Amino acid sequence: MNTSLTESSSTPLTESPEEISRRRFFEKLSIALIGLCTAIVGVPLVGFIIAPFFRNVPEKWVTIGKPDDFQIGKTVAVTVTDPSPLPWAGITAKSAVWLRRVTEDSFIAFSANCMHLGCPVRWLEEADLFMCPCHGGVYYSDGQVAAGPPPRPLFRYEVRVTNGEVQMKQAIVPISTTL
Amino acid sequence: MISLFKTIWNWLDDRLGISVLLSPAKHIAPHDAKWWYVFGSATLVAFIVQVATGVALAFSYISSSSQAYETLLFITNSAPFGRFLRGLHYYGASAMVLMVGAHMAQTFLFGAYKFPREMTWTTGIMLLAFTLVMGFTGQLLRWDSTAAWSVVVAAEQAGRIPIIGGWVARFILGGNSIGGATLSRFFAIHVFVLPGIMFAFIGLHLWLVFRHGISEPPVAGKPVNPATYRAEYEELLKKSGKPFWPDLAWRDVIISTLLIVAITVAAFFVGPPVLDKPPDPSILAADPKPDWYLLWYFGLLSLIPARIEGYVMIGMPILIGLLLLFVPIWNHKGERAASRRPWAIAVVCLSVIMIGALWWEGQHSPWSPNFEAQPLSEKVVGASSGPIFTGAQLFHDKGCLNCHLIQGDGGRRGPDLTYIADKLTHDNLVIRIVNGGTNMPAFGPSLKPGELDALVAFLETRKRPFRRQEQQADTASSKTAATRDWHR
Repeated sequence: MNTSLTESSSTPLTESPEEISRRRFFEKLSIALIGLCTAIVGVPLVGFIIAPFFRNVPEKWVTIGKPDDFQIGKTVAVTVTDPSPLPWAGITAKSAVWLRRVTEDSFIAFSANCMHLGCPVRWLEEADLFMCPCHGGVYYSDGQVAAGPPPRPLFRYEVRVTNGEVQMKQAIVPISTTL
Repeated sequence: MISLFKTIWNWLDDRLGISVLLSPAKHIAPHDAKWWYVFGSATLVAFIVQVATGVALAFSYISSSSQAYETLLFITNSAPFGRFLRGLHYYGASAMVLMVGAHMAQTFLFGAYKFPREMTWTTGIMLLAFTLVMGFTGQLLRWDSTAAWSVVVAAEQAGRIPIIGGWVARFILGGNSIGGATLSRFFAIHVFVLPGIMFAFIGLHLWLVFRHGISEPPVAGKPVNPATYRAEYEELLKKSGKPFWPDLAWRDVIISTLLIVAITVAAFFVGPPVLDKPPDPSILAADPKPDWYLLWYFGLLSLIPARIEGYVMIGMPILIGLLLLFVPIWNHKGERAASRRPWAIAVVCLSVIMIGALWWEGQHSPWSPNFEAQPLSEKVVGASSGPIFTGAQLFHDKGCLNCHLIQGDGGRRGPDLTYIADKLTHDNLVIRIVNGGTNMPAFGPSLKPGELDALVAFLETRKRPFRRQEQQADTASSKTAATRDWHR
């Protein structure tokens, strides 16, 4: 009853069942075509936007200097450049790590990102501590948490000395999930 | 001549339907909807300022990670009116946040979210959320060191979302770290996606205002009854309603004019936020902080216990959002007057106090070490050589001063140590320095021989003046007694 009342405003009551069926067919066809058009445009559009989800970045070894560039016992900020950045990345292709030469051929590289929320930690040479400016995270010289909210030690990159060069393996700094 | 203009106008109006298009402005509204009702239109005006100034800035801004900073320098320092325009855009955003907050508080206190305006409120809450996201993404387009590191912080926060956190973080960064793809996606979101959505929601919000009418000021003892409200409202409009334009709208125009003047004066005399260092992620001397309208959230995340911050970070915005969205669903009838809804006044007052207090904390960030702390002066130290002087130097060099205050100098992350010797004995000081304490690193392994003694010697001089005098007097009297004894 309700259906016929609703249809009465747009459909002549005199239409035959075949005509109604024909109209229903074209209605469904139109909706299907609209859906198809949306999918044709929408799928690549969404795929393009969310592509970074699936971008697999290979972990590469990058050269960060020669052993003699670094003094034993000193911790210094070393600039690392993304070996395959987007052409327009400019200075954002750069990043930094805290590198310490421990012995003649042994190095430690700490991520410069605080494990709390990713802010850049600073090395205080005299204090032998890393400190974060954002929320006061403090780390000992070995990267262990000394104070503040960081849930885990500073991330360490793999470092090797090969062919007279100090090389660091680029890696994704893990997000410090605490949930 | 006038008749010619009239003829042209009549032709255009007939063909374009301009009068019909503008007719909603003349809808009948309650005659006593006066000064409390100006915040919505002020928010709209601020949004229009944002659109206009944003479009103008886009004429020079390049949304490239490598060039945006340079174009911002050009806009600020070289382009005619560029600095002023940036200022207008910044203070326009600030005005929009303030006005949308005031509009929401007024609507809540007047109970205007109740039947039949539930969806008007809901669309308004969505617009509030979009405004805040616009504010944050806008700060990131100021592509300097603070902006770049703020993206990292945002990605870290998003990364805590269960299951999909890593994906969301990568989506924000445009990859695994900041790079070429980072800025352009924020530009697209800030300039195309969000404004498009906001235009749609503003249209819907205004449509709902026209559909359900501007709410009449509440009267105590006259609750909303969904069964009779519409008829009562129609009767009220018939009896005493006035056309919105121009009878009521002039107040909106005055407030909006004052708003524009305030934005203009601030943009001209104060200017836009100063650009930080270039967005070079290898520059580690950065201290990212959000703009003022999100400082309260920054403060909140800094003050909550670390063990629950993940839950607060993800859960609190969802909880607040749901509460605000569903307020009119479970509270759609009954009293509207604030005088009969003391809890409503309490909610608004507590929200303002809470946000204000967190904002204050976020502004001063006492939890952040003070990296600019300078060595203490000889006057403060009270010595120019010897172990006390050496201890004061070590207090600076070892980073103690980054976190502790001594007579107003230093950081506020840890306790004020100006009078620490009144509280801790020599042994307590040694134990605390060597072993550390709550939120304090252990310095034992990093101190060289003699350094601990010097530090303690310096800290033992940190007493209240009268205690120091008492001690000196005690020392002097004991020395006198000792001397007397010796003479005997």
